[in-house]
Amino acid sequence: MNEIPKYLREGYLSVEELKKYVGLPSEERLRQRPVAVPECPQEIPCTPCKEICPTNAVLMEHPNAVPIVDYEKCVGCSLCVQICPGLAFFMVHYIGDKARVTMPHEILPVPKVGEKVVLLNRVGEEVGEGKVVTVIPREKSKGDTPIITVEMPIELAWDVRAVKVVRE
Amino acid sequence: MRLTEHPILDFERVRGKEITIYFEGKPIKAYEGETIAMALHAAGIRTFQHSTKKHRPRGLFCAIGKCSSCLMKVNGIPNVRTCITLVEEGMQIERQEEKPALPKTTKPPKWKEPPRIEADVIVIGGGPAGMMAAINARDAGAKVVLLDENPMLGGQLVKQTHKFFGKREQFAGVRGIKIAEILSEELKRRNIEIFLETSAIMLLQNGEEKLVVGVRKNKELIEFKGKTVVVATGAMERMIPFENNDLPGVYGAGAIQTLMNTYGVKPGDRVLIVGAGNVGLILAYQLYQAGVKVEAIVEAMPKIGGYFVHAAKVRRLGIPILTRHTILRAEGKEKVERAVVAQLDENWNVIPGTEKVFEVDVIALAVGLRPSIELLHQVGCQIKYVPELGGHVVIRDSRMETTIKGIFVAGDSAGIEEATTAMLEGKIAGIGAALAAGVASPEWLKEIEKAQKELEEFRSGPFGRKVLEGLKKVVVE
Repeated sequence: MNEIPKYLREGYLSVEELKKYVGLPSEERLRQRPVAVPECPQEIPCTPCKEICPTNAVLMEHPNAVPIVDYEKCVGCSLCVQICPGLAFFMVHYIGDKARVTMPHEILPVPKVGEKVVLLNRVGEEVGEGKVVTVIPREKSKGDTPIITVEMPIELAWDVRAVKVVRE
Repeated sequence: MRLTEHPILDFERVRGKEITIYFEGKPIKAYEGETIAMALHAAGIRTFQHSTKKHRPRGLFCAIGKCSSCLMKVNGIPNVRTCITLVEEGMQIERQEEKPALPKTTKPPKWKEPPRIEADVIVIGGGPAGMMAAINARDAGAKVVLLDENPMLGGQLVKQTHKFFGKREQFAGVRGIKIAEILSEELKRRNIEIFLETSAIMLLQNGEEKLVVGVRKNKELIEFKGKTVVVATGAMERMIPFENNDLPGVYGAGAIQTLMNTYGVKPGDRVLIVGAGNVGLILAYQLYQAGVKVEAIVEAMPKIGGYFVHAAKVRRLGIPILTRHTILRAEGKEKVERAVVAQLDENWNVIPGTEKVFEVDVIALAVGLRPSIELLHQVGCQIKYVPELGGHVVIRDSRMETTIKGIFVAGDSAGIEEATTAMLEGKIAGIGAALAAGVASPEWLKEIEKAQKELEEFRSGPFGRKVLEGLKKVVVE
């Protein structure tokens, strides 16, 4: 029997696995402008990310292929983050000593711009606090999913993939 | 126990007029358009009956009219499937105890000729497969009639709040609930006659002619006569053996989705999910969205069976997935109060000393489905046991025609797969049925071929392998 990859035993990708399966953008590219990163390492029959991309930056040889992003072609428009049925696309952007991570947020409440939120890593652990800088509400999202961009310390850019909104 | 806020759904908008029903004499608030079982749940009532021999409490299990655990006495009539029977003002609901009898005053209905509805194609089932079959059969030139035993169209789509996979022209990126709306609209636009709350209880054939016997709202007999029939009756939730698996609070995953996503009723406060296939993973995410705590998902296999992306979605919200774990027993008196799980070794044996106790009031079983083939079985279609497709399925050709000419099958009743493949199979079966009825032009063969190609493409990845193995055993030319 084939060795079962760790992500299929645990249900989340480590950054090492992410590097191995989809590759990561260079530091230089991350500083230029937001870049889309697919966290989708498994062959499933699904193509909306490729179909919606305005610059053909999402590469997929066949409908079951793992999406690979040509980071140079990606313009950081976030349409893939909005449409992805698996909520598996994210955008990352480095600005100074901060990182901005764009992610789907289908949970109530949807945070407001400027609001402080608790940052969650891939296993739901609280790893810090971030600030919401952009919100695309559900009505304006191409995929009926609200997406938010959260500013956080740069060292958390590759850990944080969800937020919790805590209001008094 | 009712949900008011939800990130995806708007229950205030869909809830009908407030009415009162009576449970064992006590008034209960209900809303028009919801089923009896849902209203009882919203009022915190979970025990619907007691078993006849050992008097064990029983509650809801499947919530789509396919099992018998929700049978109750309604207005004196026993054995009413409360999960698919709509509430009505002043209804008297009672728990069913012992062996229920009809009230003494009940007289058999007077015999009269039932109304007879004639069509070219009769479609049984209003889920994704049935709706697509009806739409395409109509477009191909057939007069179509569709019946479904549920009070609303859409089948299981009406509770699928997640976005679908596949290609965008196959509704990828669109939520299941939205697809149900789109397809219902398409049916209405084509003036296809639809019979809801109508159970197909018999499928017969007389030469070339097909007859479906339907019962509407538990009382009215209707005959449907057609040249061809598409059976798209879906599937039934599986159960697994463990101690106290009959306690109220042990539900099929679909029942929980029906409660919270279709009717906005909170299924409980803390949930354990058994099974990390797509259904279990999606359910966990939906429970979180509804504000319900998911303690864990347990999975007996050494790996997550569903799409990884669904697993990642629930993990980042802090929901643990325990692979190589199984449920040992449910605990509780009248309803689930705890679940005990344990780790499995490589030979699937429980490792002593690894028991964990979860304080939960709901146990969701997401352990697979089996095709509903009762009607096909009864009319005499050839059947084969194919585990890759979920159990017993019917032999058919590449146009979904069974071994009885003019009887077609589509969707989960043809083998357990996805809603996307159900829709494609529905299209093929619908056109096939119109062709077999002699009303469609041969041009439509091209549309069948197109759908067959799309199916092939959808199944061409690793997740389609098992299904393809299964299909080899049942598809004949």
